[in-house]
Amino acid sequence: MFRHAAIITFAFLTSHAYAFCGFYVARGDAKLFNHASQVVLVRDEDRTVLTMSSDFKGEPKDFALVVPVPTVLQRGQIHVVDKAAIDHLDAYSAPRLVEYYDPDPCQRFMAYDAAAPAASMQKAARMEEARANSLGVTIEAKYTVGEYDILILSAKESNGLETWLVENHYSIPRGAHEVLGSYIRQNMKFFVAKVNLKEQANLGFSMLRPLQVAYESPKFMLPIRLGTVNANGPQEMFVYALTRKGRVETTNYRTVKLPSDVDVPLYVREDFAPFYKSLFNEQVKRENMTTIFVEYAWDMNWCDPCAASPLSRDELKKLGVFWLSDSPDTSGATDAFVTRLHVRYDREHFPDDLVFQTTGDKTTFQARYVLHHPWTGTTDCDAARQYHRSLRDRREQEARNLANLTGWSVSQIRKKMNLASVDVKEREKKWWEW
Amino acid sequence: MKNIDPRWWQIGSLAALLVYGVFFLHFDVTLWRAAAISGVALITQAACSRWRRIPFEWKSAAISALSLSLLLRADSIFLLVTGAFIAIASKFFIRINGKHLFNPTNFAITSMMLSTDRVWVSPGQWGSIAFFGFLVACAGSFVVRWSRRSDVTVAFLAFWTAILFARAIRLGDPFTIPLYRLENGALLIFAFFMISDPKTTPDSRLGRILFAAIVACGAWYVQFKMFHTNALLWSLVFASPLVPIIDLVLRAPKFEWRTACFDTLQSSPSHS
Repeated sequence: MFRHAAIITFAFLTSHAYAFCGFYVARGDAKLFNHASQVVLVRDEDRTVLTMSSDFKGEPKDFALVVPVPTVLQRGQIHVVDKAAIDHLDAYSAPRLVEYYDPDPCQRFMAYDAAAPAASMQKAARMEEARANSLGVTIEAKYTVGEYDILILSAKESNGLETWLVENHYSIPRGAHEVLGSYIRQNMKFFVAKVNLKEQANLGFSMLRPLQVAYESPKFMLPIRLGTVNANGPQEMFVYALTRKGRVETTNYRTVKLPSDVDVPLYVREDFAPFYKSLFNEQVKRENMTTIFVEYAWDMNWCDPCAASPLSRDELKKLGVFWLSDSPDTSGATDAFVTRLHVRYDREHFPDDLVFQTTGDKTTFQARYVLHHPWTGTTDCDAARQYHRSLRDRREQEARNLANLTGWSVSQIRKKMNLASVDVKEREKKWWEW
Repeated sequence: MKNIDPRWWQIGSLAALLVYGVFFLHFDVTLWRAAAISGVALITQAACSRWRRIPFEWKSAAISALSLSLLLRADSIFLLVTGAFIAIASKFFIRINGKHLFNPTNFAITSMMLSTDRVWVSPGQWGSIAFFGFLVACAGSFVVRWSRRSDVTVAFLAFWTAILFARAIRLGDPFTIPLYRLENGALLIFAFFMISDPKTTPDSRLGRILFAAIVACGAWYVQFKMFHTNALLWSLVFASPLVPIIDLVLRAPKFEWRTACFDTLQSSPSHS
């Protein structure tokens, strides 16, 4: 949507696996979804730090970003940050697949093995300003930050702003002036960024780094409306909210937790990416694409199991967690609670911008799916026979769980699990199965 | 039907909304927690009634408890039951001219939110899919208990709708935005079960319409100028102290619950 619209189309990122109690198997991260935006939203009292990461893949000269912001921003309120910190946050908070191994059914007590280590010229400038003024657009500030040229604009009316954006090669979609007008009348300013090719070459970055803005305003919201004008289908966004108080939720849309702690068939181990994608598609469908999903809500000090290690104090500070002191307190604790929200949205189902609130809820939640490996060792006892009989029901239940979560055909799942053959050969026939 | 205390219908509607919310909308409250809130509300009602030497009347306390279960959220059950205690106690302790000043649920929620950041209200929990179901439940209860006091609900909804549409027109927003904001279960609970409380609204019709306008304008200010959440709740709690003043200026007979099976309890400090 960059260059074609405004706001934020954010990219996706990857990382590495870590072990935990049991064995960490796989993670469903943001790059599974095309055209996904990533936003890190740090909020405390009226202070917000917003980091926007884009999956823009075109020529840097074609990159353009327009984000409505509540206030005029000073140079020091704008930063370019390293994408690695967002990658790490994404990995830390991603839905995860974990596995357990059944113990020997003939042994009465068996503890799970624990834990591997978690591990221009003046004239041109004057002309530009004069043209802007003639259109009712005021260039409030102009900065070069990292590889970006940034302008903070205010405008008197939407047609003038739209004309200015078009003349300055921001391809604003048709119909955008209505939305621009709404933001103007709400006294919003416009954060406008383009890539400074010379600076980019000097800095040596081939990828566009995330932009970060910090502002003080009671408005706790994400302006998504510009991005949905003439958008080509629904868009995907991940919001990683970091607060002191607790979980973040939207106040104008339902926020629901993704189904979690469900046992699924073992073959999902090889298919976790399509599983998570289908699961999310199915949940969006069931909720008529009107809700925002919580995928993770956790105190940044720990994780269990860890899909990635918690972020370091340095990384959190880079992402704008401004309340952290430079050195840890005596307890070493990090005062940050992360909420990972995932939303698929379009203009029809999400007519209004996302408005958030921080709740006092510090209950931990993770989207977690579980594999149980049957015991394969030699057994010879009554308990073992009973255990083997129970396995059939368990596998059937896993197949149904998977079908229910993803909308996949249960018979296809059974086939993949070789459950049909189990049905015929091993299961005791019911009286009607003559 | 006229012989049935309208609060039975309210209890039925609120209980149905709670069950639907817990099992289908996955509200952050369990039936066990709702039971704990109800228990404390009823015990507080019983204790305060004994202290005031008036008959114990449980329906109003149950309505407050169900409303709290639908709206107030906290990790700690202690904070939830404290809310229930404050709701009921406020009816007995914060009184002017023989009427309690605040809607108990409204007072409990706002005072808890002012006291601790560990409680919250989730206005987004209702979504809009089930809106028409909620509307039927609320309106059903509303029709059954229709009285001259119901004008405050109609007046508030009319003012609030007008404000949302006027704002959309001023900003050039499509009407889908104000319509979306109206399709909200929290708004219905507020309009049908909270601001409609006959014990805490002005006695005269003109007074009630004026009160509805003040609450709607206050909510506009809180939501669109201060950008705070739960604007309706804050506006109502700050507007409530105006009720005795409105009653002084616009005089009318005081409301008492009066139904075939309830005449004996009309002196109790109950609310809708």
